[in-house]
Amino acid sequence: MLSSKSFIAELQNNGFKFFTGVPCSLLSGLISSLEDAPDVSYLPAVREDAAVGLCAGAYMAGTLPVLLMQNSGLGYCLNAFTSLNLIYKIPTLVIMSWRGCGGKDAPEHIIMGEINEDLLKTSGMDYAILTEDNYADVLKQAMKNIKAELPFTLLVKKGLFDERH
Amino acid sequence: MKGTEAYQELLSVIGDEPVIHANGYICRESFSLKDREANFYMIGSMGLASSIGLGVALCKPEQKTIIFDGDGNVLMSMGTLAMIAAAAPKNLVHVVFDNQVYESTGSQRSLSNVIALEAVAKSSGYREAVKVTRKEEVKPVFEKLMQSEGPSFLLIKVEPAFNPATGRVTHTPEEIKARFMRALSNP
Ligand SMILES: Cc1ncc(C[n+]2csc(CCOP(=O)(O)OP(=O)(O)O)c2C)c(N)n1
Ligand SMILES: [Mg+2]
Repeated sequence: MLSSKSFIAELQNNGFKFFTGVPCSLLSGLISSLEDAPDVSYLPAVREDAAVGLCAGAYMAGTLPVLLMQNSGLGYCLNAFTSLNLIYKIPTLVIMSWRGCGGKDAPEHIIMGEINEDLLKTSGMDYAILTEDNYADVLKQAMKNIKAELPFTLLVKKGLFDERH
Repeated sequence: MKGTEAYQELLSVIGDEPVIHANGYICRESFSLKDREANFYMIGSMGLASSIGLGVALCKPEQKTIIFDGDGNVLMSMGTLAMIAAAAPKNLVHVVFDNQVYESTGSQRSLSNVIALEAVAKSSGYREAVKVTRKEEVKPVFEKLMQSEGPSFLLIKVEPAFNPATGRVTHTPEEIKARFMRALSNP
């Protein structure tokens, strides 16, 4: 398991200062830690695509953004990713929970769980699967993309972070 | 009043403030009247001009930030009105050109002939939400909103009278972003 607190510290060390998103139980520990931390702010968004917009504004105003979301929100975001982030070259670090991974989850998550990676690939969104062992390397890869002004997604499987639900 | 008349009234008040434009005719009209580095022309991602504007306003609290939105765009992202009201940035002015149609796609009617968007903004919690219908009102009302604490909402009722000969934005998306970011760090 990755500690939410230390992962947030890693993100802060890499310069991320603006956090927003729509909750997922797999990210509940991460979001609670963001809300509890004295030196960061987490802005609750009403929809994932609106959070993409917020992050784009933050980036252009000079602040590196992180978007936390469940993969159910990926469909809402595809238009924003393809007609905003990718064509203007506006980077955002997306932390996306991978519900339905391996076909074992509630029925509403099964199809998205199966096509999650393919959707990211076909839309040109670079991503990596975050694990306890690879987070330092994966963050380096993410920062390379962010510096090249491209979005990057970290897929989070169940059990990686502490869940408070 | 025509949309183009409303823009001219607003332009006389705008200095170096960033202006985030919703997609469609809003970008084209503004670009043709006065292209500025501090204009962000959002050509896709319909509905997100308001959230982009909120992101800019929150990260540049010392800078007045303006959103030029359309009724169709606002209706697509009504939840963002709640985000703006909850975040309550004092430096945000949200202007809506309400022609009551999706003019860019052939003037199909939206819902703003029956839904009072300024009332939605006000009840969401914007500090100020004003509707204007006469050209003479635009400048004084906008000037007042620019000088007071936001977030404020200015709904301008305009005729759907866009001239289709008006040019399109000629900058590439990457250029639009680079110029906008330059303008933001050197206001
Ligand atoms: C997600 C999405 N749906 C539909 C469109 C097509 N479209 C482009 S502009 C526009 C109308 C925008 O309406 P409004 O905000 O009222 O601006 P107006 O055209 O009236 O100036 C539409 C429907 C789009 N670009 N994106
Ligand atoms: Mg319209």
